[in-house]
Amino acid sequence: MTAGHLAKVSRWLFENALPPLVFFALVLAAWQAATMFWKIPIYLVPPPARVWEAAQEHTDELISATRLTAGGALCGFALSLIVGTAMGLIFSQSKIIQRSIYPYAIFLQTVPIVALAPLVINWFGTGFGSVVVVSFILSLFPIVTNATAGLTTVEPQLLELFEIHNASRWQELLKLRLPNAVPSLVTGMKISCGLSVIGAIVGEIFAGYGTQSYGLGYLITLTTGKLETAYAFAAVLCSTLLSVAIFVAVNLIGSSILARWHVAEPRSSTATSK
Amino acid sequence: MHAVSLGVTYERTIQALADIGFDISRGQFVSIVGPSGCGKSTLLRLIAGLVTPTTGELSVAGTSPSVARRTATRLSFVFQDATLLPWRSVRDNVCLPLEFNHTPHSQREKLVAGVLSMVGLADFAARYPNELSGGMRMRVSLARALVTEPELLLLDEPFGALDDITRQTLNEELMNLWSARRWTGIFVTHNIAEAVYLSERILVMSPRPGRIVADLPIPLPMPRSPELRSQADFARITGEVAACLRRTSR
Repeated sequence: MTAGHLAKVSRWLFENALPPLVFFALVLAAWQAATMFWKIPIYLVPPPARVWEAAQEHTDELISATRLTAGGALCGFALSLIVGTAMGLIFSQSKIIQRSIYPYAIFLQTVPIVALAPLVINWFGTGFGSVVVVSFILSLFPIVTNATAGLTTVEPQLLELFEIHNASRWQELLKLRLPNAVPSLVTGMKISCGLSVIGAIVGEIFAGYGTQSYGLGYLITLTTGKLETAYAFAAVLCSTLLSVAIFVAVNLIGSSILARWHVAEPRSSTATSK
Repeated sequence: MHAVSLGVTYERTIQALADIGFDISRGQFVSIVGPSGCGKSTLLRLIAGLVTPTTGELSVAGTSPSVARRTATRLSFVFQDATLLPWRSVRDNVCLPLEFNHTPHSQREKLVAGVLSMVGLADFAARYPNELSGGMRMRVSLARALVTEPELLLLDEPFGALDDITRQTLNEELMNLWSARRWTGIFVTHNIAEAVYLSERILVMSPRPGRIVADLPIPLPMPRSPELRSQADFARITGEVAACLRRTSR
């Protein structure tokens, strides 16, 4: 039984984890070979070995920058979760408010919100505050739309059941609409968490922090400007790892919530997080 | 319960019910049969006070349905689907109506355990709806409807999605539950054998706009037992109701 289970797991790893790893190694090798073969200047494309060296050389700076960016992204994400759910609650309780405002919530999703980043700096100054605000506006709308959908698309018969037993509006919200919204909120969180990291990095590119403490976005602009390309690559790598870490964490939390909710995971492509 | 020339029209043009009139007295078990789309469900929703009639008068316990529901009559409704909350266990699903009518916490557990054993699900109280079969989910739904000890139970094709054996078993259980408590039951179905087995009276409806075209008493003694299904009387009455339904559908 255990041996069979182990064999199953190792077979799964062999079939699913090995191919991408092999491909990754091939890409690294090709990259290293290409930079050597064509003698590409190190300030344009550094070979992977140099990126690794730079990462080791600047480990402390990279870790503190990653921490700061993670802080900005998580604050922005938490804010959108709170504000987005609150907006969904308001929409679900008032048809007239939903009718007049909700179309804009959908419309605003099509606006390249990144374009607002420089304005945000004008309003909130440079520093952490602006970074959080950019991260927040970028990650807000998936939460708003998913929370609203979850709170309003309730099976009609369940609403009738609550009406027949003379449930109050408050009971309907607390015992039906909110729990009903949990799966779609999880979907919203999965989309939104990736956007919050993008928002934090974009915010940092514009807002910076100064030379004392800085996040990854600022570090990338700084090192690129100084043609320390290997260092910049290391910072990009850190932001990727940060994004993946937050995405995996949110997915794990989401799956455990859904398991507790006894509902199937909604089939949505995880690719929407990019 | 008393209805006079009841009519419901949706969106000004779609007439669902026309000129419906009937009287149902307390403790009676009445089935409503008719072709699909004839407004049977609408009629139940009228009685539950979920829909208001466009014309005519309907009174439940001497007052309008929605007022009766809030003040005078304990009412429960069993839907076509089990309509359970997936995030609540069987026990908590059944407990839901007790939370709405502010039953003291001390009594809830006893009432829930009581109805769960009545429908044979005492061992499944901690399970979740997605772990149960369709028949078991419908039993949970029945238990939830009965936990408030209703005086009026409305059932909207509750066993329509189940296989025949499960349906018959649940019919027998429903019969036992009814003879134990004697609530007023209104049962919508398009299964004639089921209607004959359960009811003292069958109202036959015409295709849309739905009218009541026949009011057939079922002269078989109550409560009924499973053996009844193989008796000649049962077959004859089922045949008569079917013939009546066929005449109106034409």
